Amino acid sequence: MNQENLSLNTPDSKKIRLIIRVAVLLGVVTLVEFAIAFILEAGLLKNILFILLTFVKAFYIVGEFMHLSHEKKFLIWSVVGPMIFLVVLIVLLFYESSVYPT
Amino acid sequence: MSAETLKNSWMGGVSPVGVANGKLMMWYFIVGDAFTFAAFLVAYGFVRDVAPAYTGLIENFSFSDLYWPVADKVFNAVPFLHGVNAPLIFVGIMTFILILSSVTMVFAVEAAERKDVQGIQKWMLWTLVGGIAFLGCQAWEWTHFIIGTHEGTLLSDGTLYHGASLVKNQYGPQAFAAFFFFITGFHGFHVFTGVLLNFIVLYQASTGTLHKNGRYPWVENVGLYWHFVDLVWVFVFTFFYLI
Repeated sequence: MNQENLSLNTPDSKKIRLIIRVAVLLGVVTLVEFAIAFILEAGLLKNILFILLTFVKAFYIVGEFMHLSHEKKFLIWSVVGPMIFLVVLIVLLFYESSVYPT
Repeated sequence: MSAETLKNSWMGGVSPVGVANGKLMMWYFIVGDAFTFAAFLVAYGFVRDVAPAYTGLIENFSFSDLYWPVADKVFNAVPFLHGVNAPLIFVGIMTFILILSSVTMVFAVEAAERKDVQGIQKWMLWTLVGGIAFLGCQAWEWTHFIIGTHEGTLLSDGTLYHGASLVKNQYGPQAFAAFFFFITGFHGFHVFTGVLLNFIVLYQASTGTLHKNGRYPWVENVGLYWHFVDLVWVFVFTFFYLI
């Protein structure tokens, strides 16, 4: 086995460290969410915290696990850009639900 | 990027996005699938916002079809611990299982980049174990949800009802169980599909066809799908179980 093959067959330790760091972060954020679920009273603040932490997790899963942060800008925006339609849908339905007869 | 390379990348022969066709299509499939799940979750948010909320003290909470239930009170059981109140513990375990199987999948993709077939086999096997464990947990969760509690709930139409179906449920308004079945069911179906895809990758790596046909990028595409399934669960966990 020559030198080139040898280097191919050992995991890139820098990459492995990054993966483990992201994994630990996802675990910690989930534990924090658990803590919040039992500590805080139900309300707007609690919901905002949950949604923020969810987006932190989503950012790391999509950016590092799915590797999107390291792709070309064109690909990043063609995936993230269309999500703007969801914002419109959410705003519209939240307005609708406030005027909907129960 | 110079004008010359920019021109070249749009004149054919070179991908302007810098990824293989299969991977690009997997990304666009994921975008489409994200819309489907987002539609489910936004519809859930809409119906929940319209339905009356429980306003009393959390200690005095009891199931009723007149207001939306508190998730801690519905999902508070763990296998082998009958009668123990353990709110959200089991669903938390499920979340960790799925995150861990996502991590092993990253290792499998990393092995595929090095054309390390043994590494792919090892990590795909772990990913498969995680996926199957998650499906098993979900089967238990569904069974528990459908069977319900001993006491049941006296519905406003006068019937005593145990558990849940698409028509009635003891936990809250009719739509609550329907959303539970559709959202977690649709996600579970995705997990099931992911397990099948993972199995195909493991099979191809084990029999040598993956190496023979040089289909290492395919591991990455399946990996993208699997991470997406994990991502969806992160959102389902927040919007269905936490909020």
